[in-house]
Amino acid sequence: MNQQLQDLAQAAYRIRRYAVRMGEVQGQGYIGQALGWADVLAVAYRHALNLRPDEPEWEGRDRFLLSHGHYAIAFYAALIEAGIIPESELESYGSDDSRLPMSGMAAYTPGMEISGGSLGQGLAIAVGMALALRHKQNPAFVYNSMSDGELDEGSTWEAAMGAAHHRLANLICLVDINNQQADGPSGKVLGFEPLADKWAAFGWHVQRVAGNDLPAVLKAFDAARALTDAKPRVILFDTLMGKGVPFLEQREKNHFIRVDPPEWQQALAILDASNPSAAREGALA
Amino acid sequence: MNTVTDKKPRLTTSAMIASIASEGQRVKAAPFGKALVELAATRPDIVGMTADLAKYTDLHLFGQAYPERFFQMGMAEQLLMAAAGGMAKEGLVPFATTYAVFGTRRAYDFIHQVIAEENLDVKICCALPGLTTGYGPSHQATEDIAMMRGIPGLTIVDPCDALDIEQAVPQIAAHKGPVYMRLLRGNVPLVLDEYDYRFELGKAKLLRDGADVLVISSGFMTMRALEAAQDLAADKVGVAVLHCPTIKPLDEAAIVEAVKYKHRLVVVAENHSVVGGLGEAVASTLLRHRVQPAGFQLAGLPDAFLDAGALPTLHERYGISREALARRIKGWLG
Repeated sequence: MNQQLQDLAQAAYRIRRYAVRMGEVQGQGYIGQALGWADVLAVAYRHALNLRPDEPEWEGRDRFLLSHGHYAIAFYAALIEAGIIPESELESYGSDDSRLPMSGMAAYTPGMEISGGSLGQGLAIAVGMALALRHKQNPAFVYNSMSDGELDEGSTWEAAMGAAHHRLANLICLVDINNQQADGPSGKVLGFEPLADKWAAFGWHVQRVAGNDLPAVLKAFDAARALTDAKPRVILFDTLMGKGVPFLEQREKNHFIRVDPPEWQQALAILDASNPSAAREGALA
Repeated sequence: MNTVTDKKPRLTTSAMIASIASEGQRVKAAPFGKALVELAATRPDIVGMTADLAKYTDLHLFGQAYPERFFQMGMAEQLLMAAAGGMAKEGLVPFATTYAVFGTRRAYDFIHQVIAEENLDVKICCALPGLTTGYGPSHQATEDIAMMRGIPGLTIVDPCDALDIEQAVPQIAAHKGPVYMRLLRGNVPLVLDEYDYRFELGKAKLLRDGADVLVISSGFMTMRALEAAQDLAADKVGVAVLHCPTIKPLDEAAIVEAVKYKHRLVVVAENHSVVGGLGEAVASTLLRHRVQPAGFQLAGLPDAFLDAGALPTLHERYGISREALARRIKGWLG
């Protein structure tokens, strides 16, 4: 593995670790999703996004919208990894008056572009931001991070049409396909396949990759950014809920995964054990 | 052609481009569109957006004058509102238009969660307020104000005429925060220029005074109230009219002032359902301020799905025509 991929693997490991620690603080959380999305967040926040960590509202920044607000636990981990939030704040996750509420809130957290919670809104907001950035001749990208469940919402497809119609080449949509939503597997709730075909038919440049394969994720981000076509781009990431902690990967699939009290430390131990270089340098807290 | 047995011709459905102006009334064309074009000259941050209804909300004038600042979002109201929020987050000031029914009912969560929750500078301007079309309940926004009043931090304006609209546009643009404004489009009546009146965001204004009844009104019902007042003057009935174009935040001080210590009937006249609009807002205000008028009645639209048909017919049927309003007031005076 080259140095870049090693660095990204380390970043993904730390993101997973921060997320599990936050889950332990609350005693619950959308940790399945966080573990699944960690590789994408690592590539986004350690490679793809143009950011100034100490200036979260820098006008030239690439915007990253967390449309799936319940992924806040994963997102805060990425913000800590990127140096936008101090690691010390992790203990406040989900507490009263915390800057890290359980569902993403724009006003509470530096680096949180939109308030989440009501799913299916991020892409439509992203269309507006992308239009405005082009109007202002600002070359920044807008990334919309969303879950596969949000593909059910009509607003997602209104936005998809709008983005293609307006030829928004500065808009990159990232879809977490873990095939799990509140009432069960997506295929049983409201099937969205064939998905790549749908996005292509809507006029988007489409890539579908294994979302826990770091080299593939990296390549997809770079291709999406480098494309010169006047069209929006989407990357469909097939991910595994609980990725990195086998007993969670294998747990009965659940949108809000069950974790028993001693299992948080067990999960941390497993993450550390599968990351020998971190263990060599001295384990994190 | 009328036969001997026909007393009068049947009126046809008033569709989307019907005007509420009565015959011979002074009107001004497209006050919203023209005011926005004028304002845009000094406000480069203003952009216009619509959900396939630019032509029917007079936004097309802005689109013609400033094509690079006009964004067509298609018949997709959720996209319209969310994208307007996104543009506002990037420092622009979007005026987003559609019909009031679609902007409120179809896009409520997006106004609530995207625009209002983040206090964004979006001006939602919607045509066909209340009963201004005979096209049927799909297009008659009878409860839009009730819905919008429930959203925290949202300023709500219901303008009376072309003057109100012209003067409101720059003021809502100057106001920092989201605004929902009802619009009249096309040939809009001009009435308030004959009174010592200027639109002031957040303020209710007494247009005329009278000893027997106080009509508190908004939107074009202020016009009807003024007309009814003139008619009732002939019967020696004194009618005061308090025009209340800003429904949220409500000018409670002016309302209390107009009602307190004056022993007269209070009638709230609105182009909106009696549920959840200006009438109930006024009632809440009076009770909370321990003010009891001599009587209190609502002259609004009934809590019902309204009929299709011609506007003059419907306004008479639902009690908001000039004649019907005057009749109802007289009846309440007993």
